[in-house]
Amino acid sequence: MIRRVSNVVEDRAGGASFMRAALRYVFPDHWSFLLGEIALYSFVVLVATGTFLALFYSPSNAVTVYHGGYAPLAGQEMTKAYASGLSLSFDVPAGLLMRQTHHWAALVFVAAITMHLLRIFFTGAFRKPRDVNYYVGLTMLIIAVLEGYLGYSLLDDLLSGMGLAIGYSAALSIPIVGAHLATLIWNGPFPGTDAFFSRMFIAHVFILPAVLAALIGFHLAMIARPHHTQFAGPGRTERNVVGIPMWPGYALRSVGLLLAVAGVLFMMGGLIQINPIWLWGPYHTYQATNGAQPDWYLGWLIGALRLVPSFDVTIGDYTLIPNPFWGGILFPTLVFGFLYAWPAIERRRTGDHAQHNLLDRPRDAPSRTAVGAAVFTFVATVFFAGSADRAFVQIGVGYEIQVWIYRALTLVLPFVAYWVTRRVCEELRARELALGTASPIRRIRRGPGGGFTAPGA
Amino acid sequence: MTGRTRVASLIVAASMALGATVLWLAPSFAQQSSPGVAGSSASRLVGHGRQLFQQECSSCHGFDARGVPDRGPSLRGVGAGAADFYLRTGRMPLSYPGQEPLRATPRYDDRQIRALVAYVASFGGPGIPSVNPASGSLTRGQQLFTSSCAGCHAITAEGGVATGAAAPKLKDSTPTEVAEAIRTGPFLMPRFGRRLLGRGDIDSIARYVQSTQHPDDAGGWGIGRIGPVPEGMVAWLLAGAALLIVARLIGEGRSRERRR
Amino acid sequence: MSAVKALARGLWRYLVAAILVVFGRRRTDESSEEGLVERDARSSPRAELAVAALLGLAAIAAVAFVLVYVASLDTQLLGLAFGLALLLLAAAAVVAAKAVVVQEERIEERPGFSHPDGGDSEAVTELESTIAGAADGISRRRLLGAATGAAGVALGAAVVVPLASLGPSVDDRLRANPWGAGVRLVDEKGRPIPASVLETGSFLTAFAEGAPTEELTNAVVVVRVDPSDLELPPDRSDWAPRGILAYSKVCTHAACSVNLFRKPLYPPQSPGPALVCPCHYSTFDVLRGAKVVFGPAGRPLPQLPLRIDRGDLVAAGGLSGNPGPAWSGVRES
Repeated sequence: MIRRVSNVVEDRAGGASFMRAALRYVFPDHWSFLLGEIALYSFVVLVATGTFLALFYSPSNAVTVYHGGYAPLAGQEMTKAYASGLSLSFDVPAGLLMRQTHHWAALVFVAAITMHLLRIFFTGAFRKPRDVNYYVGLTMLIIAVLEGYLGYSLLDDLLSGMGLAIGYSAALSIPIVGAHLATLIWNGPFPGTDAFFSRMFIAHVFILPAVLAALIGFHLAMIARPHHTQFAGPGRTERNVVGIPMWPGYALRSVGLLLAVAGVLFMMGGLIQINPIWLWGPYHTYQATNGAQPDWYLGWLIGALRLVPSFDVTIGDYTLIPNPFWGGILFPTLVFGFLYAWPAIERRRTGDHAQHNLLDRPRDAPSRTAVGAAVFTFVATVFFAGSADRAFVQIGVGYEIQVWIYRALTLVLPFVAYWVTRRVCEELRARELALGTASPIRRIRRGPGGGFTAPGA
Repeated sequence: MTGRTRVASLIVAASMALGATVLWLAPSFAQQSSPGVAGSSASRLVGHGRQLFQQECSSCHGFDARGVPDRGPSLRGVGAGAADFYLRTGRMPLSYPGQEPLRATPRYDDRQIRALVAYVASFGGPGIPSVNPASGSLTRGQQLFTSSCAGCHAITAEGGVATGAAAPKLKDSTPTEVAEAIRTGPFLMPRFGRRLLGRGDIDSIARYVQSTQHPDDAGGWGIGRIGPVPEGMVAWLLAGAALLIVARLIGEGRSRERRR
Repeated sequence: MSAVKALARGLWRYLVAAILVVFGRRRTDESSEEGLVERDARSSPRAELAVAALLGLAAIAAVAFVLVYVASLDTQLLGLAFGLALLLLAAAAVVAAKAVVVQEERIEERPGFSHPDGGDSEAVTELESTIAGAADGISRRRLLGAATGAAGVALGAAVVVPLASLGPSVDDRLRANPWGAGVRLVDEKGRPIPASVLETGSFLTAFAEGAPTEELTNAVVVVRVDPSDLELPPDRSDWAPRGILAYSKVCTHAACSVNLFRKPLYPPQSPGPALVCPCHYSTFDVLRGAKVVFGPAGRPLPQLPLRIDRGDLVAAGGLSGNPGPAWSGVRES
C-alpha cells in the first residue's frame, strides 16, 4: 500500500525523492527543542476550538435583554456580544468546554513561546543564520499577546471592558498621534460604536491568525533550511546534525506531543474554570470591580502602570505626555527593542560574525546570560508588582508600602541578578576547567595564513 | 413521742421543706419576665450592659460612651445595629486604637452581646435591621452590588483593596450583618440610608451575597473566582509544569548525548 | 504581444531564481558525513502490548466522551473524557516512538549556503550580478536615482498629509461631554435624584439627563461629606450644597470607573474621605477638589458644580476640566 501511494505522488508531482529526503530529515532530540512545538500545537488547539466558538459568537454591541440559562442576570440589559458568551457557556452543548479550552490554550500558547524565547536567548540560537528567524519569532510573540487581549475582550464582560478602557488610554497617551490613533481604532471616542466590535472580531478570527499562520510557515521553513541547532557533544560539529530521522521516530514523537498538549488543554478546559464571565457581569463604562486584572501575559503592563509615579508631562496648559505612556507604551517598547536589538548588540560586543549551528550552554556565555537574567529580573519584578493588591488581600502587607518596595526592587534587583548570574557562570566554568570536564572550545577562526585562532573563548 | 406529736412534726418538717424549696426557686420565678414585667428585665439587660461596657469598652469609648479624643468615637446615637455588627463579627474590641477592625472570633457570648447592644441602644439610633433574603431579587441584587459594593469587595465578594484598608471577603457574612454594615458604614466603608437603599434593596443585596457564598462553578474548580491571577498561576505551574515533564519524557537530556 | 511574452518569461526566471535561492540544494566541497549512526530493530513485545492497551483505552475514553455529550453534557465529564482520550493516544504515540518502531540515529550534513566566516559566498556574487545586470544598458544612473528618490519622498509625504484632516475634530469629539449649567442629574433609569437621598458618607452614580449612559464622559459620582470638613478652592466654595459633591467618574489616568468611595467612620484614626480607582489605585481627595494623593493619575477628577433645585440635584455649570484620560495636546483649563 505504501508503494501504491508513493507511485501516486511520483507520477503526478515527481516528489518521491523529495519525500524520501524529507522523511530522513534529522532532528536533534534534546527536550528543550520541543518548547516551540508546544506553542505550535497550542495554536492548533486555538484554531480548532476557535472555529467552533466563532460560529456562536455575536460581534455586536447592540443592547439586548438576557433570558438565558444563568439566573442572576435574567432580565438585565447587556450587549449581544456578552449574551452570546453566556449562551456559549450555558446553552450551547459543549460550549463551555470549548470556551475554557480555548482560553487555557491561549495562556499556554504565550507561556510556551516565552519559555521557547528564553531557551533561544540563553543558548545563543538567535545567532546567524537564525537571526531573521528570531525576529520573526519575536513578532509572533507580540501578535500572540495582541490576539489574546482581543480574544478575551470580545466577550464584553466587566473585567475585559475595563481592560479595553485602559488600552484605549494607553493608545491615547502616545505623544502627538495618540488621539488620532485611538479614535481611529475605536471609530470614535471610547467605548466606540458597533464597528469597533466587528473589527476586533475580524482581527481576532481572521487577520491576525492568518498573519500568524504565514509567519509560522516561514519560521518553520527557516528552521528546516539550515537544520535545527544542537548542543555540542561527541560527533557533533558546526557542519552536521546528529539526531533522529523524521520518520518514524520524530514524527511519532511530534504527534505524541500534539496529542499531549491537546489532551492537557481539554482536560483543563473541562475541569478547571477560567474566565467565568457570568460572575463578572456585563461591562458598563460607569461600572468597575476591585481586583480586575488582565491575563497573565499583560501583567507586566499593569505592574508598570501602577508603579509609575503621578505626573503628566505638561507645557504650561498643554498636556504633552499623559501618564499611561511610560508604563503602557514606552516600557514594552524598550523591552522588545532590547530583544530585537540583541543579536546585533552581541555581534558588536563579541566581534563574532560567524554562523553558529552549535548551541552555547548558558554558562559558556556569561555576559549574555547575565544581561539576559538582569533584563528578565527587571520585567519579572514589574510583573509581580502588578498583582501586589491580591498579595495584600492574601498576605496582609499594605498596598501603598508594597508599591514603594517594588519601585526600589525594580531598580536594585536587576543589578543583583546580573552580578549573581555572572559569578555563577564563571564559577561553574572554572570548576569544569579544573576538573577537566569543560566543553571544547568551538569558536575557531582560520586566519588568512592558514593558522587557527580561538577568539572569545 | 405520741402519735399526734409525730404527725404534727412531720407536717411542720414537710412545710419547712416546701417553704425552703419555694424560697430557693423563688428568684428564678421572679426572673422569668412576663409582658407586664418587660421593662424591668430590659433595664436589667441595660444595666448588665453598662457594667460590661464600663469594664471592657470605656478605655476607648469613654465611661459614659461619649468617646475619648483620638482613641474611640462616641457611641451615643449610633444604634443597636452598629453595636451588634461590631460585636457579633468580633471586630470589637480592638487591640489598639486605629487598628483596622477585621472579622475575628467574637470576644463575648450571645448574652453579653445582647447586653452591650441594649446599653448602646439605650442612647438611641437605628435598631437591628430585619432582613429577608428570600424576598429579594437576585438580579436586582447583582446590579446593586455591582454599583455600590463591587468597587471595594469585588464583584464575586471575594474581597479587595483600597488605599488604606482591605475590604473583606463576604463568605461568612450573615444577611443581618450585611444589612447592618450597609446602614452603619463601618471603618472606611460608605453608608447607605433608607432613601438610597430601601428594605427591598437590602433584601436583594443580601440574597446576592448569599449566592456568592454558594457558587455554582459550572466550569469546574473555581480557583478563587477572582480571575486572571490564579488562572495565570495554573497555566504556568500546572499546565506549564505538566507539559515540561511531557517534553522531558519525549526528548532526551544531555546525559544520553554524553553516553555516546 | 511578444513584449508581454518577454516580460512574462523574465518574471518567471526571477521567480525560479527566488525559489532556488530559498529551497535549492547546494553542494559543499567539504567531505560529507551523512549516514546512519546506529539502528536498533529489536522488537519489544511488552512495549507493543502497552501501545495496544493504550490505544484501546483511548478508544474507550473517546466513546465515553460521545456518551457524555449525548447523555449529560456536564462540562467536567466532557473535558475529562476527551482529555483522557487524547492523553492516552499521546502516550501510545510516545511509547511507540521510543520502544516499538525501529530506533535510528543518523547524521545529516547541513547545507553550507554561505561562507562560514561571514564573507560573500559565490552564490551571493552571482545573485548580485544577475540583479544588477538589469541596469547594464542604463547610462544616466545618477539622474534616474535622484528622480526616483524625489518622487518617493514627495509621494510619501502626500500620502501622510490627509491624516491632518482628522485634526481638530478629534479633540472636539474627545472633549465633548453632556454637562453644563442646568443639566439635571438622573439615575440609570432616568429618574431625578433628590438631594435628601444621600446621607453623610453615602455615594451614588449619576448621569446627565438625556445623554446615553454608556457615553464615557457622562457618569459622575456624587458623595456627601460633612460641610465643615470641606477645603475646596475659593472659586468652588458654592459648588457643594449641604456637603454634596459631584466629580466625573472617569479616572483621569486610564479611563476606569472610579467606583470606590473610602469614608472614615472615625476620622481621627483613619485616612480622609477619598474616591479610589480600583484599576491602579489612584486616590482622589474629595474634600480638596479630588486632588491626587496616591497613585499614578496625573490630574484631579474634574468637579461638577451642584445646586439643589426644588429638592433635586442639578448641575450649576460645566465640569471644571476635561473628563477622562488625557491625550497629547489637550488643554487643561
